[in-house]
Amino acid sequence: MATIKISKEELKKHIKLDDSIIEKINMFGTPIESINDERIELEIMPNRPDLLSPQGFIRAFKAFMGKETGLKKYRVHSPEKDFKVKISDSVSEVRPYTACAIVKKLKLDDEKIRNLIELQEKLHTTVGRNRKKAAIGIYPLEKITLPISYEARKPGEIRFIPLEAEKEMTGSQILQQHPTGKEFAKLLENYSTFPIFVDAKGKVLSMPPIINSNEIGKVIETTKEVFIECSGSTLEVLKKILNIIVTTLAEMGGEIYAMDLEYEKNKITTPDLKPEKLTLSLDNTNKLLGLRLKEKDVEKLLPRMGYEYSKGKVLVPVWRTDILHEVDIIEDIAIAYGYENLVPEMPEVATTGEESKESKISSKLSELLVGLGLIETSSYHLIKADEAERAKLEENEKIELENSKTEYKMLRPNLLIPALRTFAENKDNEYPQRIFEIGTTFRKNKMNSAETGIKESEHLIIATSPSNFTDMKQILDYLTRMIDIKYELKEAKHEHLIEGRTGTILIYNKPIGYIGEVHPEFLREWNIKMPLSIIEISLDEIFNKFKA
Amino acid sequence: MKQDKQKSENKIEINELIEKLSPLEIKIIPYLKEPVEKIAKKTGLDSVSVLRALRFLENKNIIKLKTISKTIVELGVNGVYYKKNSLPERKVLAILEQNNHLPLEEAKKLSKLSENEFKVSLGVLKNKALITLFGGKISLNATREELSKKSLEEQLLDLLPIEKNKLSPELNYALDNLRKRKNIVEIKDKSIIELELTPTGREIAGKEIKSDFLEEVTPEIIRDWTRGKKFRRYDILAPVPQINGGKKHFVNQAINYGKKIWLELGFKEMTGPKIVSSFWNFDALFTAQDHPVREIHDTFFIKDVEGNLPANKELIKRVKEAHESGVGKSRGWHYSWNENAAKKVLIRTHTTALSAITLSKLKKEDLPAKYFAIGKCFRNETVDWKHGFEFNQTEGIVIDPNANLMHLIGYLKEFARKMGFDKIKIQPSYFPYTEPSLEGLVWNEERKEWVEVLAAGIFRPEVTIPLLGTAIPVLAWGPGFDRLMMAAYQIADMRELYSNNIKKLRNEPIWKK
Repeated sequence: MATIKISKEELKKHIKLDDSIIEKINMFGTPIESINDERIELEIMPNRPDLLSPQGFIRAFKAFMGKETGLKKYRVHSPEKDFKVKISDSVSEVRPYTACAIVKKLKLDDEKIRNLIELQEKLHTTVGRNRKKAAIGIYPLEKITLPISYEARKPGEIRFIPLEAEKEMTGSQILQQHPTGKEFAKLLENYSTFPIFVDAKGKVLSMPPIINSNEIGKVIETTKEVFIECSGSTLEVLKKILNIIVTTLAEMGGEIYAMDLEYEKNKITTPDLKPEKLTLSLDNTNKLLGLRLKEKDVEKLLPRMGYEYSKGKVLVPVWRTDILHEVDIIEDIAIAYGYENLVPEMPEVATTGEESKESKISSKLSELLVGLGLIETSSYHLIKADEAERAKLEENEKIELENSKTEYKMLRPNLLIPALRTFAENKDNEYPQRIFEIGTTFRKNKMNSAETGIKESEHLIIATSPSNFTDMKQILDYLTRMIDIKYELKEAKHEHLIEGRTGTILIYNKPIGYIGEVHPEFLREWNIKMPLSIIEISLDEIFNKFKA
Repeated sequence: MKQDKQKSENKIEINELIEKLSPLEIKIIPYLKEPVEKIAKKTGLDSVSVLRALRFLENKNIIKLKTISKTIVELGVNGVYYKKNSLPERKVLAILEQNNHLPLEEAKKLSKLSENEFKVSLGVLKNKALITLFGGKISLNATREELSKKSLEEQLLDLLPIEKNKLSPELNYALDNLRKRKNIVEIKDKSIIELELTPTGREIAGKEIKSDFLEEVTPEIIRDWTRGKKFRRYDILAPVPQINGGKKHFVNQAINYGKKIWLELGFKEMTGPKIVSSFWNFDALFTAQDHPVREIHDTFFIKDVEGNLPANKELIKRVKEAHESGVGKSRGWHYSWNENAAKKVLIRTHTTALSAITLSKLKKEDLPAKYFAIGKCFRNETVDWKHGFEFNQTEGIVIDPNANLMHLIGYLKEFARKMGFDKIKIQPSYFPYTEPSLEGLVWNEERKEWVEVLAAGIFRPEVTIPLLGTAIPVLAWGPGFDRLMMAAYQIADMRELYSNNIKKLRNEPIWKK
């Protein structure tokens, strides 16, 4: 979750702050995380990376509050001499695109530099997908000799002093030794060449998306002019991110200059701050929101969200990455209208409520068991690796998860394992302990489930301690008598139960589970000290026998 | 006069008290002036019954019980034997008394002691200067008078069991000596119950109480009932042993309650798998394939199983289109959608996967329709007091060509009201598959703050067009169930929801809504 902190003092320069305004911040879709005398911390939703800096937030919120509404326009100066980036085809394999710009006349201070770095980092982790999709570099222009090249070289042939290092390193050394290099190594390590930005004198600016050069890659308070590049896999996204950065810098007082990007196959100029045009239907708006807005209402509402509107056409700010469809604009109309002003309406839609058959039968079974004085448990669907081992699971019962962060690594194939865990964990509690549980179990089965290869089945386990076979059979008799199903028992062997005291339970000639006394050897292995008897059955067959 | 009145009042009180005495109490009253440990012997009752009777008497204000912890010195296994048969060193002395000088081997033989006992005896006697050892011989040093006296150790053994702090310094010294030897003495901390008579107690203690009160009602009593017979009065304030009953798990009680709300609102329950392909959990819900939630450190993917896309080819085509170039005027995410990523099998991260499956099966004539799901969802998360890898989720969807945002808020308000929250606040929010999206906050009176409880939205056309064929509005919302439960049961640690502590399951009060 991304958050930003804004000093109240800064906010007060633009908007009068009182309790009602603070509530408006929540209603703008940026919920307040925390607030104190000096600053407000806001949560920024993933669809609004343009709000990840105080400048971006203030720009949007001011309009929302009715100040400087409408589409904010920024002048983009044409490229000056050599404002050029040559993109070599060699990058197409590893990191094919870049979008670049120059911003001049900056008056930076400590606070602004911090805002800029934080914006850059937050864009990296959100829309940049941890630099995979997009990485941003900002450099003091005075240290660069234009034009710039973007090319890929063999890692051993790349040499420069990276940030926070003292000596020159090769591309491979950076990935192996430099802390930042190691952190992001997986983004490059499978490629035979690494991308770099190089200036006209051959000085390396950076090796994206890993690290900048120590000499050229650092913006300080005296920096007046900067070169900005975004590199990554999707040009559309890079352009948007560049727009967010250059307009933020413009909000800080900078002037934006375009650059010519010379790809080998075509030439483009970035940044392009020409707003996108989308059509909006008033009818669709009212239908989706349940309002009766007129065109003149929309004309007032949309500018408060930073749009320009005229006769069904909407101009969308270039820093908005989230406007894919008319509905995205309609939501903004609703936000401008104020969610607090929407009148709840309970429609008369005649439908009948209906519990699923499975739920109904399960809850009837639990009622019966509760009536017998049993306590229902509710266990994790996952089991520990050592539990699977002790239970001697078959191959089709072992379903492992990828990369589980806890000791629970597999799906449960039965409810016996969780029940044994429960008894082991409760050995200091008062006996008798009589429990039951109804829940899903999992087995590999390609035949029954083509999409996942895993068959799920609802099971019921009944386990009481201390108890014997007779106790269990009484419960089974009672349960089947109450649901009016006849069962049969067949002598059986079960790995964990005592031979001669174990049976397979059948209904309509189909085996549905087992009943028996758990073997003391197995109990000791599970650290259980009292005699235990169990019934475990699959409910699938029982569900089938009931009419919906 | 006044005194007389008081006396007669006392008498009534005591008579009433006597009517209340249980047979057990009546049995021990004659011996209340004795120390507690003797009562059992004199009455022939077991110590648990005596203790119970004493507690009853205490409740009736006849006695006061005090628990005192004492350190008691007792005989050990060997101590019991030596007390009966004399200590080994005494045996050695007895032999030497017959014969003042003896070779070691012979003395040992005559004493019939074990190697170890004999060695210890020599050590003890040497320390006390009663013997000397020289040239493989033992010589007696002690006088006849000295020999006739009991040693400190022997005196101590005679006194046991005794409270440790009642021992004289010399006997304490002897105790230290004996403790060095195997199993002769044992020191135990015991709590001892002492009783003290109250003024009322003093009046009746030691008395034989004759009572012809009736105890439990029996079929005979009913049959032979005659007037004038009296029942013993019970002490109705006395505590009784706890009993436990069968019960549904407290989490499931809450879930059933949630289910009831959905049913009352006219929703049908959806059922379906917990294991699904990424297609249903993410792709059909317009979650881009590079979205962080689809990485293994957020979602539980299943190892070594091969997933498949659903059989409906048209649906797959539309979902692919929604992601790549967009459907119904949407611009899409602009990337190349990968079938294999959609095939990856996982445990559902939300019940919305079930909503997607349900929508894909819906026919035009089923509309309008309302569905709900309730059940476990999973995320790859470490476990601590506020996180877990499993959580309960419930959500409802309304598929209605005429549905709109006002309706959604209407449903939310009604839903929150049924959950017991009258104050609800709606705020904008974001989810990848809904637009508009919103959050419902309810007022927590105890903490005096708004708590996010409901997530809601209208499914995006990029979701509904592929699943339903056209962009019919689908309202969706669900409460964060675990959070609600934790508040209702006053549980601070989320792990308690899944711990199956039988004591807790027995004692947790029921879900009260």
